[in-house]
Amino acid sequence: MMLKLSKDKIGELFQKIASDRTLYLPVDNNGQVNFGRWTPDAAVRLDQLKTVKSSKDFFFPQTENIVAFKRQGKDISIIEKRDANEPFVVFGVRGCDVRSLDILDRVFLCDPVDSFYKARRENGTIVSFACSEPEENCFCGVFGIDAADPLGDATIRVIGGDLYWDAKTDKGRALEESAGALFTQATALDSDAIKEHDERSREISGRLPLKDLDLDSFEESALLEKFNSPLWKELSQACVGCGTCTYVCPTCQCYDIQDFDTGHGIQRFRCWDSCMYSDFTLMAHGNNRKSQVERFRQRFMHKLIYYPANNDGIFSCVGCGRCVAKCPISMNIAKVIRALGGVSVSV
Amino acid sequence: MRRIRDMIRGRAGELLRDGTVNRVLGWTNGEFYYDPNPAIFETEKSLDSLVYNGFSAAMLSKYLIEATKKEGRVLVFLKPCDTYSFNHLLKEHKVNREKTYVIGIGCGGMLDIEKLRTLGAKGIESIDEEGENVVAHTLYGDKTFARRDALLEKCLSCKGKEHKVYDELAVADDLWEWETVNRFTKVGELEGMGPGERFSFWRGELSRCIRCNACRNACPVCSCLKCVFDNPRSGVQAKANADSFEENMFHIIRAFHVAGRCSDCGECSRVCPQNIPLHLLNRKFIKDINAFYGEYQAGAVAEGKSPLTEYATGDVEPSIVYERGGA
Repeated sequence: MMLKLSKDKIGELFQKIASDRTLYLPVDNNGQVNFGRWTPDAAVRLDQLKTVKSSKDFFFPQTENIVAFKRQGKDISIIEKRDANEPFVVFGVRGCDVRSLDILDRVFLCDPVDSFYKARRENGTIVSFACSEPEENCFCGVFGIDAADPLGDATIRVIGGDLYWDAKTDKGRALEESAGALFTQATALDSDAIKEHDERSREISGRLPLKDLDLDSFEESALLEKFNSPLWKELSQACVGCGTCTYVCPTCQCYDIQDFDTGHGIQRFRCWDSCMYSDFTLMAHGNNRKSQVERFRQRFMHKLIYYPANNDGIFSCVGCGRCVAKCPISMNIAKVIRALGGVSVSV
Repeated sequence: MRRIRDMIRGRAGELLRDGTVNRVLGWTNGEFYYDPNPAIFETEKSLDSLVYNGFSAAMLSKYLIEATKKEGRVLVFLKPCDTYSFNHLLKEHKVNREKTYVIGIGCGGMLDIEKLRTLGAKGIESIDEEGENVVAHTLYGDKTFARRDALLEKCLSCKGKEHKVYDELAVADDLWEWETVNRFTKVGELEGMGPGERFSFWRGELSRCIRCNACRNACPVCSCLKCVFDNPRSGVQAKANADSFEENMFHIIRAFHVAGRCSDCGECSRVCPQNIPLHLLNRKFIKDINAFYGEYQAGAVAEGKSPLTEYATGDVEPSIVYERGGA
């Protein structure tokens, strides 16, 4: 059953949700919109289609302490110091970012389960946000994502002056119950407005410039053919080897674990890493990917061949378009798919 | 700039054909009007995709470090601001001048796609550059913007249209001209703040940093073979930091490291995915260098010493820090 709330009451909804858990939503920090903690004076920006970083941070944070070691004389004590596991809500997550959690789940929740990630997934409630006006660098449709009616624990649509609420899971319904008094029941007239909204959104998605990216040839059987393609050299030559694409990507999942000498002990932490970096997976024997061509190839081979080969053919890209928007030199996965996809590349 | 594009396509073809150069470093077209990327062209045929428009902002000089290690000579297109970076790379012997052929190209100011989006262009399918206007054709209708409003920050304080080094020029007399701003105005404002206010300004701006290293990697003078922050043996390898202040220090240290070498090309701020005004740190150093040692512009020439690599008895004493700190 769809519920409804006048848009001017949205502050009350946030207040209600935040009364017994932490609420994260798109917030403006000097012109840049990122997910941030809601406070009564936060500059909430639901009008922005995409946040710079994705909602990945709340489940797989950029840095997190894992364990600490302390030495006293000959004794070494191990101190487990986990962040408190508290319920939280991420509000306004677009369909692409919702899908990205499914992709991360397949990595972090398979054996051996990543207990840090698992705890956050269990504590987190996702309120997704239907896209009314997709942008030209969006291509989630290529991956079968319906931006007009995304998955999530609950979904909101903003149509005109109204917000529509659609709980989809038990977690979503529980959240709905706690904010119940604010909502009214949607009417048949509302259903028409929603139908119209979704159709319009899908119609726009259907004529986005990147909608026809062809992924057919990216399959396990083509692994060597793609790997050996001479095009990687050409595609990677502009890459400056920064980690922008990796860090704005909702599905990039690589991390490093390091020890930090605090002067009176050791703090072991993990942090995001980027396959674009020269010290990525550096081992005693040196680096197994010495050139930027190899590092660049790794990122796209992982997303388009290796990951799907291990995960029922699901690509590790959701078409959010963040890398398209943010790469310093405008190289991105769309260009890679365009160059390597479709026609088979002879070596 | 379309005229210049046609000129340089033709000229690059000639130079490849007559063997003057072996390859061409330029920009190739992408999925959209606004996303050309740097590329190396090795055949005349491939030059069909060479583009030069208001979104060819990515500077090419740094690519020459690698490109001039190869056999043969490379043709490069340098906008006026890029000639400063090129000169500085020559000064530090990072680029072999003999292996380059420079065509200085005219520039009508580079555009900031993020600014266009902030101004209300949503779903940009194509763009027309029409003199003082930029027209965005979008999924949601056409929108016209004043070109000046959409200029990159670095172009608003353009150093001028003069190329500091070139083998030949490809310029047009009808390039758009715009009113520039004084690049030190904002630095002056920050200097005018109390230490607390200035500290919170930078804490706020740098709080958005995601340590992607785009600023460092795009910087033409950040050309160390291995950056200390990438070196696990350095003890300061920094994929993550102990706290957010340590994180902020990265930028300050980087600004120190490029002081006296930074030509204020503005690439650091252009490439920042979080729009942090990093150029302001560099400009503070430039302003101080100008005040302490006399006007100095890195990259204006490829020879000579720079103020911070030369000692003169009249040089400012370290105690200046206490006199000017404002604490």
